Amino acid sequence: MESINIQEEGLNLKATELRLGLPGRDETEKETIFSFKNNKRAAPKSTEDNESEANSDAKHGDHEAAPAAKAQIVGWPPIRSYRKNNFPPKKAEAEFGIYVKVSMDGAPYLRKIDLKVYNGYADLLRALESMFKLSIGYYSEREGYKGSEYAPTYEDKDGDWMLVGDVPWDMFMSSCKRLRIMKGSEARGLGCGV
Amino acid sequence: MSDLTPTTLRNNVPLSPDEVLEIALESVLEFLPCQRDRNAFSLVNKSWNRIEAETRFEVVIGNCYSISPQRVVNRFKAIKSVVLKGKPRFADFSLLPPDWGARFSPWVVVLSGAYRGLEKLCLKRMYVSNDDLVVVANTFVGFKEIRLVCCEGFGTSGLAVLAGKCRQLRVLELIEDEVADDEEDWISFFPGGATCLESLMFDCVECPLNFNALEKLVARSPSLKKLRVNRYVSLGQLRHLMIIAPQLTHLGTGSYGPLEDLEDPLPANELRDHVSSAFAASKSLVCLSGFREIVPYFLPAVYPVCANLTSLNLSYANILVEEFKQVISHCHKLQILWVLDLISDGGLVAVAATCKDLQELRVFPMDTIEDNAGPVSDVGLHAIAEGCKKLQSILFFCQQMTNAAVISMSINCPDLIVFRLCIIGRYRPDHSTGEPMDEGFGAIVKNCKKLTRLAVSGLLTDRAFSYIGQYGKLLRTLSVAFAGDSDMGLTYVLEGCPKLEKLEIRDSPFGDIALRSGMHQYHNMRFLWMSTCKVTRQGCREIARQIPGVIVEIFNWNQVGEEGENSDLVDTLYMYRSLEGPRADAPRFVNIL
Repeated sequence: MESINIQEEGLNLKATELRLGLPGRDETEKETIFSFKNNKRAAPKSTEDNESEANSDAKHGDHEAAPAAKAQIVGWPPIRSYRKNNFPPKKAEAEFGIYVKVSMDGAPYLRKIDLKVYNGYADLLRALESMFKLSIGYYSEREGYKGSEYAPTYEDKDGDWMLVGDVPWDMFMSSCKRLRIMKGSEARGLGCGV
Repeated sequence: MSDLTPTTLRNNVPLSPDEVLEIALESVLEFLPCQRDRNAFSLVNKSWNRIEAETRFEVVIGNCYSISPQRVVNRFKAIKSVVLKGKPRFADFSLLPPDWGARFSPWVVVLSGAYRGLEKLCLKRMYVSNDDLVVVANTFVGFKEIRLVCCEGFGTSGLAVLAGKCRQLRVLELIEDEVADDEEDWISFFPGGATCLESLMFDCVECPLNFNALEKLVARSPSLKKLRVNRYVSLGQLRHLMIIAPQLTHLGTGSYGPLEDLEDPLPANELRDHVSSAFAASKSLVCLSGFREIVPYFLPAVYPVCANLTSLNLSYANILVEEFKQVISHCHKLQILWVLDLISDGGLVAVAATCKDLQELRVFPMDTIEDNAGPVSDVGLHAIAEGCKKLQSILFFCQQMTNAAVISMSINCPDLIVFRLCIIGRYRPDHSTGEPMDEGFGAIVKNCKKLTRLAVSGLLTDRAFSYIGQYGKLLRTLSVAFAGDSDMGLTYVLEGCPKLEKLEIRDSPFGDIALRSGMHQYHNMRFLWMSTCKVTRQGCREIARQIPGVIVEIFNWNQVGEEGENSDLVDTLYMYRSLEGPRADAPRFVNIL
C-alpha cells in the first residue's frame, strides 16, 4: 500500500487536511510550510522537512517557503524533529569554514587552516607561528615583516602572490586562496617595502 | 497455627503470627526493587498484595492511559517516585496528530492530593503545561528530582517556578523537550546560597541565557556533577564554568566555538589552549556531549579527557573524518558512542580499532534523503562487528547494507540486546547480492540470544518475519516499516513471540487476518501500533468487541476521505491494554471502538 504523502506538489487540502502544529495555532491551517535546511559543510544538499516542523520553525523563525524537490515521506527516516532541527547553521550562509592550505618553505608537508576562526591578522600570525614553530615578527606597512627571516604570503584570486597584512582582514579572507610562508632571501626581498 | 509462638515483640507487645509474617515479607521486599518482580509478588494473595502496595516507593506507568491516576493512588499509599510515559514512540516522527492527548494535568491534580511526599518525577512524551509545573513546585515540599524527556507544552516560566520554589532540587534534566521561550530568566530564580543541585541539563532549551546567573549558580552548587548547557553558551564561557566546577563527571558543551554576537577577546589558539587546560583539570569527566555549532579547530582541546571517557556524543558535530579519527584514537575506554554518519566507514573502522569496550553505538544520518549510497555502509558495520565484540546496543542509519555484514554482527556480537538497523532507502535489497535482507535479520534473532529489541528495514519478505517468530523468544519491542509481503508476516510474529510488549508497524501490507491472529496476545502487550497498513474498521471493531481490557483507537488523516464513508481502511490503529474504559479526553479525530 502506498504511503500517504501529505505534501504533494500543488495539492492543497486545506479544508479537510489535519494540520500539525502546537495547539491553538491557526496559522498552520493556512499554508503548507516547507523548509530547506542546508548542510553546513558539504555541498549544500537540501534536506526537506515536512510541515510537522512548522511548530519548531515558526518558533525559531528561520524557515523559507520552497517547493519540495522530491515528495518526502512523513516521518521517514525515523529521526526526531529535535535532531533534524539542530543542523541548519544559524547563519544565513551555506558555507561554513574558509579552508586554505598553508605551505612553508622547507617543510615536507602542508597544513590546512580555517580562516574564519581567527579574529584578524595578529591572531592568524600567532597561530602560524605556533603551528610551524617559528617567529614571523611584526608587520609594518613600509617594511613588511621585521625581525624575522620569514614572510607570510598568500595567493589571491587573480593568482598573484601578495604579502599578508596589506589589505583589510575581511578582504583578505575573501580573496585568499592559499598561504605560503617564505623564507630567506626571497622573503627579505619582499620585506623591503616594494 | 497455635504452635507458632510469638517470639517477636514490637513496643513490648507480642506480635501475632500474621504480623511476624508481614515483617518478614517486608524485609524480603526490600530486596525486590524491580517493578516486574514486585508485580509478581503482589499477585500471590491479598495480604501479599497489600504488603507490597505499602512498601512500594516507585511506580512506573508505561502508558498513562492504561490506568487512571485515581486507581494508582488508591492502590499505593506511599509513593515517592513516579515515572509516567504518554504518547507512543511513533509520535516522535510526526505520525500522531497534535492534541492527541497524554496530558499531565489530570495526573498532577491527583498526585498532588495523595502524595505530599513525592520526591521524583520522570515524564516521557507527555504534554506538560506551565501550570502543571507550578502545581509540582507548590505541592511537593521535599521535591528533589524532575526529568522531562520528549515533552512539550511548557516554557521557561514553568522552569522559573521550579527553580525558585523547589529548595531541595537535586536534579533538573530536560532532554529533547520543546520548551517555549516565555522570556523568563529562569536561571536567576534559583535561590541564593548553596544549592543541592547534582544534575542540571538544559541543552534543549532554545532560549538565550543569562550567563552571569549561570556562572554564579554553578559556583554555589558544590554537589554539581552533571551539567549540560545550551548553544547560547560559547566555548569561552564554557571554559569558565569548567574552571569553577572541575568535579563534573558529565559535561554537555554549548556552542563549541566562539559565538558571533559575543565578544570573545581571546585569539583562537589561546582559547584553544585554555579550553584544553580546563579539560585537563577535569579529572572526573567521563561523559561528554553537546558540540553544537562546532568549530573544528577547537576539537583537539578535548584530547586530555579522551582517555577517561566512557560516553561520547558527537551526533551534533559536523566534523571531517580525519578530525573524528584524531579524537577517537584517544578514547580507549569508551562504552557509549553517538556519532553522525559523516565519520564514514573509515571513521567506524577507527572506532573498531580503538574502542574495544564499546557497548552502545548510534550512527545518525546527516542527510535524510533516500540515496543510492551514503557515507556509512556494510563496510563500517562489518568493522564494528569484528572490533567491538562487547556490543550490546546498536542504532545504525545507512543507505545500503548487506546480509553478510549483519550476519557477521550476529556472530561476533553475541551480547546484543538491541539491534536497530535503518536502511533509509525503502525496500532496498542487499546491495551486493540483490537478495532481500531476510537472512541478515534472521541471523540476528537466531544468534543473539539476549535480544529484546529489534528494528528492521530494507527489502524484507514474510520469511524475515518467520525467522523473528521462530527465534525471537525474548523479543519485547519490534519496529517494522515498509516490510513484508502478506498477512503471514505479522502472523508469524504474533504467534511466535510470547514476550512481545510493544509492536509498532507502518506502511506494511498486514490486514485484518493478521490482526485477528494476535487476539490471544493483545492483553499481554503494552500496545500495538499500525499505520498505513491494510487493516479495516471492521477488523478493528472485531478486536474491540472480542477483547476486553484493550482500548482500540483509530484515526484517519483525512477526516472526509476521498473514498467517503465507504473507506473502510484505517489510517492508524493504536491499541493498548488498559484497566480503564475509553478515555474521556480523546480528541474529535480519534475513534475509540
